[in-house]
Amino acid sequence: MSRARADEDEYWHSSKCRAFTFDDDDDELCQLKESKRAVNSLRDIVDDDDDLERVSWSGEPVGSISWSIKETASSSVSPPEGSLQKGSSSYAALPKQASSYSLSSFFKGRNKLGSFQSLSDALSDAGVKSYAPELRRPKADYKDYSSDWSPKDTVRRMQRGKVCSLERFRSLQEKLMLLDEAVAVHDGNVITAVLIFLKRTLKKEILFRELEVRQVALRHLIHFLRESEEQKLLLDLFRFLDRTEEVALSQYREHLNIQDADKRKEFLKGCIGLPFSAEDAAHVQDHYTLLERQIIIEGTFSSPTNLKKTFKIPDKQYVLTALAARAKLRAWHDVDALFTTKNWLGYTKKRAPIGFHRVVEVLQRNNAPVQVVQEYVRLVEDVDTRLNLATKYKCHDVVIDTYRDLKDRIQLLAYRCKVERGSSEEDKIDSILSNSQIRWKN
Amino acid sequence: MASPGRRDAPEPPDFAVLKRLARDQLVYLLEQLPGRKDLFIDADLMSPLDRIANVSLLKQHEVDKLYKVENKPVVSTSDQLCFLVRPRIRNVKYVADVVHADKAAGRSRKYKIIFSPQKFYVCEMVLEEEGIYGDVTCDEWSFYLLPLDDDLISMELPEFFRDYFLEGDHRWINTVARALQLLSSLYGPFAKTYGIGRCAKMAYELWRELEEEVEGDSQARRPEIGHIFFVDRDMDYVTALCSQVVYEGLVDDTFRIKCGSVDFGPDITSGDRSIKLLLNAQDKVFAEIRNEHFTNVFGFLSQKARNLQAQYDRRRGMDIKQMKNFVSQELKGLKQEHRLLSLHIGACESIMKKKTKQDFQELIKTEHSLLEGFDIRESASFIEEHIDRQVSPIESLRLMCLLSITENGLIPKDYRSLKTQYLQSYGPEHLLTFHNLKRIGLLTEQSPGETFTAVESKVSRLVTDRAAGKLTDAFNSLARKSNFRGISKKLGLIPRVDGEYNLKMPRDMAYVFSGAYVPLSCKIIEQVLERRSWLGLEEVVRLLNGNEFAVTDPAVEDNPTWESQRVILVVFLGGCTFSEISALRFLGKEKGFRFIFLTTAITSSARMMEAMTETKA
Repeated sequence: MSRARADEDEYWHSSKCRAFTFDDDDDELCQLKESKRAVNSLRDIVDDDDDLERVSWSGEPVGSISWSIKETASSSVSPPEGSLQKGSSSYAALPKQASSYSLSSFFKGRNKLGSFQSLSDALSDAGVKSYAPELRRPKADYKDYSSDWSPKDTVRRMQRGKVCSLERFRSLQEKLMLLDEAVAVHDGNVITAVLIFLKRTLKKEILFRELEVRQVALRHLIHFLRESEEQKLLLDLFRFLDRTEEVALSQYREHLNIQDADKRKEFLKGCIGLPFSAEDAAHVQDHYTLLERQIIIEGTFSSPTNLKKTFKIPDKQYVLTALAARAKLRAWHDVDALFTTKNWLGYTKKRAPIGFHRVVEVLQRNNAPVQVVQEYVRLVEDVDTRLNLATKYKCHDVVIDTYRDLKDRIQLLAYRCKVERGSSEEDKIDSILSNSQIRWKN
Repeated sequence: MASPGRRDAPEPPDFAVLKRLARDQLVYLLEQLPGRKDLFIDADLMSPLDRIANVSLLKQHEVDKLYKVENKPVVSTSDQLCFLVRPRIRNVKYVADVVHADKAAGRSRKYKIIFSPQKFYVCEMVLEEEGIYGDVTCDEWSFYLLPLDDDLISMELPEFFRDYFLEGDHRWINTVARALQLLSSLYGPFAKTYGIGRCAKMAYELWRELEEEVEGDSQARRPEIGHIFFVDRDMDYVTALCSQVVYEGLVDDTFRIKCGSVDFGPDITSGDRSIKLLLNAQDKVFAEIRNEHFTNVFGFLSQKARNLQAQYDRRRGMDIKQMKNFVSQELKGLKQEHRLLSLHIGACESIMKKKTKQDFQELIKTEHSLLEGFDIRESASFIEEHIDRQVSPIESLRLMCLLSITENGLIPKDYRSLKTQYLQSYGPEHLLTFHNLKRIGLLTEQSPGETFTAVESKVSRLVTDRAAGKLTDAFNSLARKSNFRGISKKLGLIPRVDGEYNLKMPRDMAYVFSGAYVPLSCKIIEQVLERRSWLGLEEVVRLLNGNEFAVTDPAVEDNPTWESQRVILVVFLGGCTFSEISALRFLGKEKGFRFIFLTTAITSSARMMEAMTETKA
């Protein structure tokens, strides 16, 4: 920030970090277009309809799962009564291939089938040992009624996905040991499982109090309540923690799920009194007012200036929005009015809270006539930007006047070659060039 | 790894076995439900599943019809229904609805849920609550790792980012640990482990614990991967927030690469339909341009187009025999190249068109100013206009976050005014988005004076106080101060270059951002690997809030002559961007390393921002 302005300019102009130049007339695009022509010219040699693409890539490849699901979906949109019968001919299952091996046999013991070669090769013995048991545990491991596991052992077993009964942890101390142990091993799945148990077996005030000093566990409970949509308990928890803003936002969030516009409006009305931060309270009030306006469509309340006032929309934002809207309707007079200000003597002047180059951009995008665009190009303050835009959008008058003001005879002569022969622009340039009053700088 | 001169990087290990393992286990699980069955698949699992299996494999194992899990009544007539889903409450409730509807209709069927990559207790709790525990059997499909490319493995868990960094939920840490256990059993043992970040540390600890339990004869094996490096996404949000300008990143930002493939619409294919194109090292055209700065891509493509034309032209002077040879041997390859070339040219054209419309140059200029820390007022007013012009809600948000994170928070006046205008431009319900962004620390308001640092130091004391155990986090959010300026200065992230940065022959990783900025995450990795420790980086570590570690496994032979000692597995917790991958590929080429990327998901600024918005239930 301490750098001098000159430095910055130099930095940008030295273009060390050449960003892209994305101008249409740029070399690179030409290059690209040329490449495209070259490639396209080969199209007649390469016929598109061979099966090559199925080998290397494809739009949904036939046989892909996504493709197949789309097929099921479209065939089940309005199924004719009979076609969904089991084993219908339209969707007969493929015969099971004789050569396909079964994996379960692999885990029962080494298989003699040759087709296995690749898999067993790929896995070193150690790999098989450490991986295969994970695939299927003995049934006995799943259920465990042993009752003397310590909290630590219990958490460890739960981490391995084994079902453990937690019911015997009845004292508060044991329950908390269980929770702390789960947090210590960083396993969110187990933390949540223990929390569900605690939530069921402890009064909420006690649970909340203990969680207040256990932030990791607390976050898990909050996330769980959110996901399982236990809004009431979640709000109780936030109230207990004195997180009033969260109370308000969690309630406000519910409006997203209300489809009906009137009901949503009513719901938001109820949100207005919630303990938001002062700033957010105003936004929520605005949200409600906005919906109210939308419902009274096109009434007098909805005039742009009125809206601007009600919602305290900053000038820039207002102008950009209004400009885009009027330009889309090709209401050039309104555009004019948007920027025209009168001083006390009654003189008019054009003023904009945004750069006029932005105005030009919007007008251009909406295909405004050259005369309209020209008027605003002329107002662009920065000379280089003005010349750039004027050249790009063929606002000859602006280009010519600017060079005249710059007293740049050479550029003016150069521009003379670009305008049409015998045009009024050419005449204008000629008359300027022959004006002896002007003291040219070159 | 003292500069070894320019050695060729070793080849990456073969990860195809991971696909085979996943496929075989799926087959095994399907066989556990003998007979014909219909399979319902979670939308999020469809693309990963497509990468490892196809319909005929499923049919071979008596899958009859396939459906997507969505909120629609089930029309299946099968006697057995199998659900392949992520372990989410919503999914289990969907199954419960199906079971209830069947019961009401007096119909009895068998139900099985296969959770991937693992089952959570919460899921079984829902089954119990719904009164269908026992009616439905559950299983786990340990499909942790999907190799997307020769050097890229994804866990395809985009929700990791929000679940951990916003909600503070540790549910996926165990999943990461199990994935590492699998990788280590196949390609390890790893001689040295580095890492930085809270989640990185937890994942490491949990993984070590799993390893100790199975402790086998792995030591005798010769590893294929020598080192491992863990990075938390919140160590570096800046990089993920910048506009991507290397080709692969730009394609991702523009068209969204999903599970390693991209959909090109009719405007790009110059046909009447979309094409799904796999983007990986097998695509010879893509392989050569993916890591290039966008401005280099045109030249390459036009060169390629000329070569191709020359090769086709050769056929003019051929006699019958030569022609026969040409058709049987070369034509197929040429045709394929032709197709790829025309698709990538189409994609470039489309990118150019979009970027021209969006004032891309001005945008990049603003980003560069923010990275360097000057012209802040001008940047803030550019962002304001960006919001007012309603260019894009996600882009506006991204710029605000970049401003916040580089400046350690917005000054209160800016925060208020930008937020207000944002809500007016894009909808008041984004109130919730702002709240989330504040909690995660991506978009914050500077607090006046010293108060913040005082609280902060108190917190960090509490955090380090492991004995207390309970008060690990006194803060209600996981956010930390970014300290970007200080870190940037310490690590020299903004290269000082005289003259123009040569993007054709880049000198450092900064080329992925047009020479303006070296990605922080990658710079940390480079520095630590160079030193083989964190020594000398104390100040940087302090600014990053600590939680760094470097562990040598004494049981593993660290033989420097082994190729594997130059193969480094980088684990991104919370996602990595294609720009980071490109930058590290570049570093690898320079130093003779081979980086392998393991990420919870591929991310980008847009994905991160979208993860912060609230949607309907």
